[in-house]
Amino acid sequence: MFETLKMKLWQKKQYIKDIKNAPMREQFRGLPKLTNSICNGCEQCIKACPNNAISINPLKIDMAKCTLCGACKNFCVGAINFTNFYKLAADKPEKLIVTEEITPELYYQRAIEVRKEIYSIFNRSIKFRQVSAGGCNGCEMELNACGNANFDMGRFGIDFVASPRHADGIVITGPITKNMAYALEDCYKSTPDPKVVILCGTCAISGGVFKDSLELNREFLDKYKIDLYIPGCPVHPLTFINAILDFVRKK
Amino acid sequence: MNYYVMKNNQRINLLDIPTVNFESLRAQLIATNLRPIAFFGSDWGENIKLFVALADDEKGEILVTSSLIHKSIKEYESITKENSQYHMFEREFYEQFGIKPLNHPWLKPVRKNQDDYEFFEMQGAETHQVAVGPIHAGVIEPGHFRFNCQGEKVYNLEIMLGYQHRGVEDLMVKNPSNQLVESICGDSVIAYSSAYSQLIEALSETKITPRAEIIRRIALEMERIAIHIGDMGAILGDIAYLMGKETYAVTRTLVINTMLEVSGSRFIRGLTTVGGVNFDISADMSEKIISTLDYVKKTVDKMTNAALNSPTVISRLEKTGNISFESAQELNMVGLMARSCGLNIDSRFDFEDVYYKGIERKAFRATNDAYSRFRIRYKEVKDSIKIVKKLLEKLNKLGNQALITTPNCLVQNSFALSIVEGWRGEVVHIATTDESGKISRYKIKDPSFNNWWGLSIAVRNNGISDFPLCNKGFDLSYCGFDL
Repeated sequence: MFETLKMKLWQKKQYIKDIKNAPMREQFRGLPKLTNSICNGCEQCIKACPNNAISINPLKIDMAKCTLCGACKNFCVGAINFTNFYKLAADKPEKLIVTEEITPELYYQRAIEVRKEIYSIFNRSIKFRQVSAGGCNGCEMELNACGNANFDMGRFGIDFVASPRHADGIVITGPITKNMAYALEDCYKSTPDPKVVILCGTCAISGGVFKDSLELNREFLDKYKIDLYIPGCPVHPLTFINAILDFVRKK
Repeated sequence: MNYYVMKNNQRINLLDIPTVNFESLRAQLIATNLRPIAFFGSDWGENIKLFVALADDEKGEILVTSSLIHKSIKEYESITKENSQYHMFEREFYEQFGIKPLNHPWLKPVRKNQDDYEFFEMQGAETHQVAVGPIHAGVIEPGHFRFNCQGEKVYNLEIMLGYQHRGVEDLMVKNPSNQLVESICGDSVIAYSSAYSQLIEALSETKITPRAEIIRRIALEMERIAIHIGDMGAILGDIAYLMGKETYAVTRTLVINTMLEVSGSRFIRGLTTVGGVNFDISADMSEKIISTLDYVKKTVDKMTNAALNSPTVISRLEKTGNISFESAQELNMVGLMARSCGLNIDSRFDFEDVYYKGIERKAFRATNDAYSRFRIRYKEVKDSIKIVKKLLEKLNKLGNQALITTPNCLVQNSFALSIVEGWRGEVVHIATTDESGKISRYKIKDPSFNNWWGLSIAVRNNGISDFPLCNKGFDLSYCGFDL
């Protein structure tokens, strides 16, 4: 037992105190920064992107499709760059489109609108059931990491629960395969009202690299209202936690 | 024996692969004691061409052969009946091409929708069934488990997968890319993307620079270190030893954040590309990696020491989820799980790799239980830290070299095979090209394809409450299996 307690002393405090302003390593590929004037229209970026996330004249990147792989940047003359800005979530798909005018501040400012009913119903504490519908275990591992001693999402009242019956909403990862479509809908129906639906990761939002697969069934997304889109491949824990904190905020 | 003998990451002409009569192929496969690493069909005009690859781990060779089966033939005598190592392969072949292996002991679907499937049932006093999934209590991928129990004791566990099936093999033929490969199995990013890149480089006869090769291997070992540490924590979490769980989780963060500084992604996405790597490891960065790993090793040593000196931990781990050496061999288990049962398979060392030369292959004293699965991770973390340091030393001696070599066009009518030892075990990628130099068939075999069946054997006669512990010890991939 004393050996175990000694580990506590060795570990010291590990949690990130100010999660809203947590610093991110500069190498992280986050929100793209586009400069139209440098673009020479060579279309190399369009060829390099496996997800058709880019269009030119003027330059645009759709974060719903972008997997942040950085392949476009490697072929570009300098018009496409990636900042390390990680607060990428938005409440509407239109807001995920990045153009030259969009700075990190502007993107973040308009990304998630305050919804009074969310605050009044959930009072900042919100519990999720996670459904992996074809997710590759990248987003799943990052969502698990949200609960570890570094990020410690539980201190804000945000948690993943074991049953949809205990949940206030569901978090979907993966492109939604045919074989999971039924289970996903079942899970949605088992969650008591009022409930929210969150798409987590590029695969969930647009199908990502699997968009051309014949084994997907994405009807669920047409049937039900989606409340929040969190892009990333995989979603960084800081992106996820900040997205939820902004989503349930009062003002 | 009628085989073409090839090496790992080698391109051969399709015509060089002997095509033998199916009956004699069957006899050969039953007679040999080499383990199969691939057994798959490919559309061949009026026929279906069945490719078989066997691994000779002692000589470091791969034996390839094939057979033509006319499309009018709808059945054949199963090989599994005589040699159980083909169990999964034949089920998969039946599902993909509809040719039925007669007298196969258990022709259950592999990946297709199984709504009407009837599970095994057990009758008698005090027997009951427990159904779990596809959506699990934790944040993990979907899969269905059906336990037949008597009281607390598990008599049989039936595993049903396929929920994650995304048709990856077809997508890889239509529109292959490194980004797609990285998302096939998101916890083995480097293993998959290295296997794919090496395969395309072999098919296009592109030689990449030693610097790029070494950086790929460093990333592979870093991935191994990170995931193993995370899994050690998860194993301890499942026996409610929370100090261990949190300490390992926090230590894993250090490793993946170091790789974030190299590649811009915590899971090293975007590093590997066909023809080389996108990011370099500078001398400063390599010093940083070494100092991080030194600290990681210190913490892991201390934590493991504390955990394994705790009687509560040992009593849960020891003799839980046993799987014998013979069973492991019969089931054709590979990789980490095989090594934890005493089978010495490690494709990093079995197949010749110049960059692993001079690195000692250390023996492991297997005890075949959950304790063994915990210890082997600790051992491999320590080994991998040493390997990374050696590779970094080699890298720093190399001097400046191009990171990316522009790949050539794919050679027509070729066959190539690439094996990479990911943290779970061997990831096998195989591709064939047609006469126009396009990929005509892409086959992937994840180590989980072999090992899932091992899990259901391991939990037999254990308490059902020990299932999470066994499952985490195996930590198999759902999406790698489902593709």
